[in-house]
Amino acid sequence: MYLVCLHEVFFNFWIDKGVTNQVLENYFPILLFIVIGLVLGVSMIVIGFGLGKIMGHARPYKAKQSPYECGFEAFENARIKFDVRYYLVAILFIIFDLEIAFLFPWAVVLDEIGMAGFWAMMIFLAVLVVGFIYEWRKGALEWE
Amino acid sequence: MEWIRNNLITPLVEQLFPAAVHTHAVFTIETVFKIAVIIVPVLFTVAYLTYAERKVIGFIQGRIGPNRVGFFGFSFWGLGQPIADAFKLMFKEIIVPSGANKALFIAAPILSLAPSLAAWAVIPFGDTLVLADINAGLLYVLALTSLAVYGVIIAGWASNSKYAFLGAMRSVAQIVSYEIAMGFALVGVLVASGSLNLGDIVAAQNGSMVHWFWLPLLPLAVIYFISGVVETNRAPFDVAEGESEIVAGFHVDYGGMAFSVFFMAEYANMIIIAILISVMFFGGWLSPFQGILPDSVFDVPMIGTLLGEGIHWLLVKTSFFLFMFLWIRATFPRYRYDQIMRLGWKIFIPITIVWLIVVAVMVVTNMPWWFD
Repeated sequence: MYLVCLHEVFFNFWIDKGVTNQVLENYFPILLFIVIGLVLGVSMIVIGFGLGKIMGHARPYKAKQSPYECGFEAFENARIKFDVRYYLVAILFIIFDLEIAFLFPWAVVLDEIGMAGFWAMMIFLAVLVVGFIYEWRKGALEWE
Repeated sequence: MEWIRNNLITPLVEQLFPAAVHTHAVFTIETVFKIAVIIVPVLFTVAYLTYAERKVIGFIQGRIGPNRVGFFGFSFWGLGQPIADAFKLMFKEIIVPSGANKALFIAAPILSLAPSLAAWAVIPFGDTLVLADINAGLLYVLALTSLAVYGVIIAGWASNSKYAFLGAMRSVAQIVSYEIAMGFALVGVLVASGSLNLGDIVAAQNGSMVHWFWLPLLPLAVIYFISGVVETNRAPFDVAEGESEIVAGFHVDYGGMAFSVFFMAEYANMIIIAILISVMFFGGWLSPFQGILPDSVFDVPMIGTLLGEGIHWLLVKTSFFLFMFLWIRATFPRYRYDQIMRLGWKIFIPITIVWLIVVAVMVVTNMPWWFD
């Protein structure tokens, strides 16, 4: 019943915005698939907790609930300082992922936009490569 | 599908729902049915992939692998093993560490499984055999496979354990690094096919085996596969869960069903990578005999169906790449972390950029065979 409501709400919302029925019929299964994926995940965890409680004779005590450190008692908080290079990787990733996002629409229509579009993107890639070489020479990609 | 809709779903809906929502209900239940037809085999494959992995690695190492657990008193080469494992994990206690961030700790496996299942929505299994035939198919797959990183980092952070934290940091850094190479490889496929729709990408490879994109995009295909191995944290790139140093990485504090959900997500991701490689570089459901055998062969009943295009070819190709995953794991020693990062940033990204330009030149000059 709730899923049917989901369908109705989804369709009415987007039809009001002028999206055609045909498009919606292709996108609704995706929404439903994500919902079912989440429901499946949640139900597995719930089943795991439930059965674990009943059949697994759950008896939590302090040592069992402490974080695993090879049998030793855990010392210090686990939220420790970490290497700044991880942070650097994250920043570089955002830059490059953005470039890829720019490349996507260009790639789809390259056959139609011809040489002008090709050279425009080559200039863009050239700028990207210059940035990449700069990073490389600065040592941002080193993990020694 | 017509038959099921007319004889099963419609009568059921007329019984259960008020007339006002009939069309909605029929469409929704039909979609749920189709989703079940996809998810159930996927979960079954996940279960038996674990069995295949143990068996294959066993044989490669000169062992037998699991061979005891069977059905009805017969061992059947140990085919009952995955089911026994599933039940064992189901009945295990889930321990939530006292220092953990409880809500996030429980949410992490769900966030890891949901996208790896939802990505199946747009996979084309055949010419018309696709659940959601959307134009942004590849973009959707890229988006959902990227979401996997959230499950990892949330699990590592919420566990409040040093092994989990270190494992998550390593894993996330390596996943995002290889995602760039993966993205460039995908752009190469887009340039070659001119479409984001996965069905159209397969259709663009129509012709014969040499028309498939693996030949013009060979470096990208290889890089995509290796990046797929890294993305799923598989050996030899499994430093995130290297047993000898950080035990199990980000899911060290998970047990029972919570652990198996992570496990299922990892294996579902492996299958998705394998199926995507088959679709994007190896012609999906197209037959390798197309263009080699004369066309009249495909009209012969039985033999024509077997040799002609169809879902069975997609499954054969996917199984081969899944076998490659296991083969690689059994063959190569684990990489050092700095080697992994060097491979991703200093080798894969330059190669993909160069080959992207090569493909673009091939397309704008309408190179014969593939892009004329």
